[in-house]
Amino acid sequence: MFKRLPRIDEGTAQSHVTIFVEGKAVLVAAGESVAAAVLASGLSSVRSTPVSGAPRMPYCLMGICFDCLMEIDGVSNCQACMTPVREGMQVKRQTGTRPVSRGDKS
Amino acid sequence: MADVDVAVVGGGVVGMSVACGLLRQGLRVSVFDGDDSALRASRGNFGLVWIQGKGNTLPDYARWSRRSGALWADFAQNLEQETGIDLQLSQRGGFFICLTQAELESRAAMLETLRSDLGAEYPFEVFDHQALARHIPAIGPKVAGATFGPEDGHVNPLHLLRALHATFRQRGGRLVNGVSISSIRSHNGSFKLCSDSGTWEAGKLVLAAGLGNLSLAPQVGLSIPVKPNRGQVLICERIARFLDYPTGHVRQTDEGTVQLGDSKEDVGFDDGTTPEIMASIARRAVTMFPLLAGIKVIRAWGALRIMTQDGYPVYQESRECPGAYLVTCHSGITLAAGHAGPLADWIAGGNPPAGIASFSGDRFHV
Repeated sequence: MFKRLPRIDEGTAQSHVTIFVEGKAVLVAAGESVAAAVLASGLSSVRSTPVSGAPRMPYCLMGICFDCLMEIDGVSNCQACMTPVREGMQVKRQTGTRPVSRGDKS
Repeated sequence: MADVDVAVVGGGVVGMSVACGLLRQGLRVSVFDGDDSALRASRGNFGLVWIQGKGNTLPDYARWSRRSGALWADFAQNLEQETGIDLQLSQRGGFFICLTQAELESRAAMLETLRSDLGAEYPFEVFDHQALARHIPAIGPKVAGATFGPEDGHVNPLHLLRALHATFRQRGGRLVNGVSISSIRSHNGSFKLCSDSGTWEAGKLVLAAGLGNLSLAPQVGLSIPVKPNRGQVLICERIARFLDYPTGHVRQTDEGTVQLGDSKEDVGFDDGTTPEIMASIARRAVTMFPLLAGIKVIRAWGALRIMTQDGYPVYQESRECPGAYLVTCHSGITLAAGHAGPLADWIAGGNPPAGIASFSGDRFHV
């Protein structure tokens, strides 16, 4: 079954990046998905649903279930499992539906 | 001795609406449904309970649609009470958005003609851009206006289908799943239905199998001049509420999902999707609602409408095999309340619904 990849320790040769989960700096392996990084960061839920408000965590980890929707760099409804981490990325919990601006004229 | 009083072939919204109405009349009913490879319009439709403009060349259809629309609230309430399933019905009116002034004027003229043909009160309003923007602030600058029908609404069509199946089982109806009825014979006042997996007998027969009726209807002396007409639908991510009313092309569900559609293609039995049509649906939706430009589409599908030449339903009892009824239409959601009520009452032996003679298939053989 699944097995956690080796821990990242600063100073090793493995490349890593820092992302911010709810404003808190987290060191993660480069190339890992936001979902994996968030699970490792210990966040208790990634979003609340627009229907019942129930908390959700990443589930399928392969882009199918849409349970891991998060706000990534200011954009809501991003699938955390399909988004690779980038240095300095801001990742936030999403509450309910994605807000849209009525001023968004194309 | 027949197994049941009525066999309904087709477990989509049309067949289940009729079947639930027949159960309410105290009849024993079996529904025969296909498998997942069947062409299932009930799984692919848009969910409008739509009245405005319906029947503009056949006033009886306008009357029938309005009658069903008026029955919808009670129909939904009963289903919700019996099943606990929220149908998300809203009937606060709907807008048909027109991108050009010419389109708006011709649509307003069409509704005006329909109003005078009906010779009765027929509510609609015409809004120019500014008036429309007061009701729907998200409207785009290129929209000319809209017509508003206060009787229009929308519903979650998948919840409706689930609720119909749930209430059918609760009331003792029998569902035979994954079966393809290959032949039907009428003898001694009953009907014998045959498939690879069995045979069944019923006192009456309702053919509500959509495009599946094509091979079945002729076996009981009914002709069915229907053809598939493809609609493609795009489903967008859930976003904060921006649209409080259904429109003919765009609607937002209770949960915030945005649904785009209303393409019409004559492509035979191909229920796929094409990039060209999806792009044109998306382009029109963005012109209507510019805020959709940055919104992700997460799913798309094609589904086949069941269309007669004139677009109107066929409701008919076979002269050759009395007790065999054909029920086919393309607006199975709008008409669901009428099908579960007056139409089922007629099939059960009651009075025919007013104006039903207009929907005989004989109109195609003049």
